[in-house]
Amino acid sequence: MSLMRPSSPHTHSASSISSTSSVMRTVVLATLPGLIALTHFFGVGSILNLLLAIIFCLGFETLALKLRKKPVLFYLGDYSALVTAILLALAVPPYAPWWLIATGSFFAIVVAKHLYGGLGFNPFNPAMVGYVVLLISFPVEMTQWRIPAIEGLGYLPLLDSLNAIFAGAHLDGFTSATPLDAIKHNQGLTVEDLYATHSAFQSAKIAGTGWEWVNIGFLVGGLYLLYQKVFTWHAPVGMLAALFILPVFFYDGGSSASAGSPFFHLFSGATMLGAFFIITDPVTSATSTLGRLIYGAAIGALVFIIRVWGNYPDAVAFAVLLMNFAAPFIDYYTVPRTYGHERAQSALRKEDEH
Amino acid sequence: MRKIFDFHGGIHPPENKHQSTQGGIESIALPKELIIPLNQHVGAAADPVVETGQHVLKGQLIAEAHGFVSANIHAPTSGHIRAIELRTANHASGMAVLSIVLEPDGEDRWIELESCDQPETLDAQAIIAKVRAAGLAGMGGAGFPTSVKLGGKDIQTLILNAAECEPYITADDILLRHYAAEVLAGAQLLARVFPRLESILIGIEDNKPEAIASLEHALAAQPNTGNTLAIEIVVVPTKYPSGGEKQLIQLLTGKEVPSGKIPAAIGIVMQNVATARAAWRAVRYGEPLISRITTVVGKALKKQGNIEVLIGTPIAHVLSERGFRETESERVVVGGPMMGWAIEDTLAPVVKATNCLLLPSKEELPAAPPEQACIRCGLCAEACPAELLPQQLYWYARAEDQEKLRAYNIFDCIECGACSYVCPSSIPLVQYYRAAKGTIRQAEKDKRKSDQARLRFEARQERIAKAEAEKEAKRLERKKAAEEAKRKLAEKQAAEKSASAYSATESAKDSTKDSAKKDAGEPDMKAIKSEMVKEALAAAAAKKSAQQDDSSEAEKELKRLQRGLSSAESRLERARATLLKNQEEGADATRLDTLAARVKEAEQKVNDARKKLEAAQ
Repeated sequence: MSLMRPSSPHTHSASSISSTSSVMRTVVLATLPGLIALTHFFGVGSILNLLLAIIFCLGFETLALKLRKKPVLFYLGDYSALVTAILLALAVPPYAPWWLIATGSFFAIVVAKHLYGGLGFNPFNPAMVGYVVLLISFPVEMTQWRIPAIEGLGYLPLLDSLNAIFAGAHLDGFTSATPLDAIKHNQGLTVEDLYATHSAFQSAKIAGTGWEWVNIGFLVGGLYLLYQKVFTWHAPVGMLAALFILPVFFYDGGSSASAGSPFFHLFSGATMLGAFFIITDPVTSATSTLGRLIYGAAIGALVFIIRVWGNYPDAVAFAVLLMNFAAPFIDYYTVPRTYGHERAQSALRKEDEH
Repeated sequence: MRKIFDFHGGIHPPENKHQSTQGGIESIALPKELIIPLNQHVGAAADPVVETGQHVLKGQLIAEAHGFVSANIHAPTSGHIRAIELRTANHASGMAVLSIVLEPDGEDRWIELESCDQPETLDAQAIIAKVRAAGLAGMGGAGFPTSVKLGGKDIQTLILNAAECEPYITADDILLRHYAAEVLAGAQLLARVFPRLESILIGIEDNKPEAIASLEHALAAQPNTGNTLAIEIVVVPTKYPSGGEKQLIQLLTGKEVPSGKIPAAIGIVMQNVATARAAWRAVRYGEPLISRITTVVGKALKKQGNIEVLIGTPIAHVLSERGFRETESERVVVGGPMMGWAIEDTLAPVVKATNCLLLPSKEELPAAPPEQACIRCGLCAEACPAELLPQQLYWYARAEDQEKLRAYNIFDCIECGACSYVCPSSIPLVQYYRAAKGTIRQAEKDKRKSDQARLRFEARQERIAKAEAEKEAKRLERKKAAEEAKRKLAEKQAAEKSASAYSATESAKDSTKDSAKKDAGEPDMKAIKSEMVKEALAAAAAKKSAQQDDSSEAEKELKRLQRGLSSAESRLERARATLLKNQEEGADATRLDTLAARVKEAEQKVNDARKKLEAAQ
């Protein structure tokens, strides 16, 4: 008989999210609709981003694990580096030069994750750290979004794509302002006129050419994850609700100074990617359901504030990192009421205050 | 219909109940020996009342409850007591406990039982006494002495627990299918113990339709005497851990047992259905608790099912009777897959609380995969029935941050295992919490100990400081007195020198005053000196007499001892005198204590000396 004395419980859940690897695999799968939408509108660039990011992230992960003398295959098997790679690749503009992805991957995997102790110990979302480092360091490269392939304008030929990525060929003439840029820098046009004239809103219904579909893609993926119970509804609902309610107060019906309609904010930029794939990263978010609701709502509010009054057109990454800071603080005040206790208590309670 | 409340979290593991409900209640052959631990219950171990070699009858008392929270133990069959010794316990630790080893004689002859034809005439005290005499302890798994639970004063609700939420276990299910009437009779019996009782509920999960039907049938057939409370069968949705005491109370009443308290604090008492039936049999037929229904299940067995097992039957015997294939199995679990514990030594016996023996094959319940990093996904918090944050507890358990563990209410964890069950990183969370709880308890114990030691040390320091201060004060006083005397002497000499005609009477007065002062300052010294003189005299006297007749070596030795005795006696006398004097003078307590201790010591020495002398004579 074996000498191991296993402790209870002796059985384990066999559901589709019964292991960390399967959780991560499910997340990877759920990014597909968004990725397809991105590829449909912006060409093969996102997929090339993805391949590069996977190569660099897994490479850095392997290197870091080797340096830390950890079993490489066992840790690669949790697919967390793969998820980081995908999220970074989806956030970076398509056809970005290869070194941009490499730098982002390095900061995401080595600095934000392994220097803090690896998976589970990182206080900041690795993909967002990578993204923000790039955005601050290389603002030009990070804001060049290709014109969506619509209405006569075709995809960038593959050779040109590779040139842009590996040889540094400029995409001038093929890039344009994103809808968020357009609204931000709008001068003198009512929102209605802007939608009618600006190329970013060509044939768009809600929130800009292509972008509304990309957001719908990520929304679909997110709902799938919710259905699979990979996370609870609290953080995404908190963020989306805040991002819907705040514009209600500040949207004046579409004047030239308008901040964009509630639906515009819900379906443009990285809103849905953020709501379902970034802020739901459990490692860096608050822990209780109430905490996650507050955490999500605060991110939603920050995104709106930075989008409207800040210097950057989009703000998901900044909002997420700011709230990563605040997550432990939220945790202290949102400990749920335990069975048999009169009321919930703050975890800052001192021993002698029983 | 009663409103069914819900409890937070919970899980739905595969039930695996059908394997053991196909047959009825089966029996197995008598084992070669029964190992009956003296502590099968929560509380103090029972005291054996039989001797090795003695023949006992089935049902005969073999160990008596030790104190209030304890339980009697009876012989499960007739036979000879072969030993009362340490044997492997049915416990996760595998430690050895004192057990009575009984060799059956094969006759299975009962002792004469005291039955009661009209249990409805018994009063509460009589019922409790009979339950206590029969050695009942909770049969649902915890093994708390039943009679203690029946002592609750202000109980309004009696709940019988038939939820049996753990996968695989069907002992209560089968019991209800066969003995529902006895369970109900037991419920009515226990109800009479509580004068303020308002309701009797039986909580059962909806995955046991046969047992529910059997209960309903028995309830319809129960004679309605009019003066008894109606029993209500409450069917609750299947969800683990609905059978946990706190969870079932929440399901049936919506109330929560306050943290750190027992259900009696909110007027509720809960008994397992098997315990209720045992209580009925104990009162009605005088039958002690010597056997129980145990589910023996798992794919490593040839035959699975429920068995009526004698308490004390070695698990190995049960397994061999059911065709256990050791090579296919990886662990022997006592209890269910969620809360049971793996044992190494199958010679451990079945005890009063053993409701299941689980022998899974390797494929059935595979070993846990290696632990991965916690990603704080929160699935554990969603599953936790106590609404804790298991992921936070895990971090703090790893960091050994006891203050935070307490702030996150680690002691409200019921160790149901729901968090570990859902954990995608296969972290053995419950094990972390058990270890952390143990560490905290140990730390508390150590702290109490060190607190006491610190108090003692501080008191001692204070005592020493006080004694030093007193000494110092006395020394100063003496010094002052001496200086005064010196000064007086010098003055006197100077006076004598300068004015020889100075009045002689005046100086004489001064010196008497001075000596009086000295006496008042050192009463002890003087007394001690006189005592010492006395002692010396006594010793000298003894020596003298010894010198007078030193005829032989033996006598010399005798004389020496006599001398020792007399000197010890005089020392004792002296110590007593000092103590008495100090008492009269009202010296402070610590000083008196020291003196009293000295007297004791002296007494001891006198006794020693006297003994030595007697031995020599």
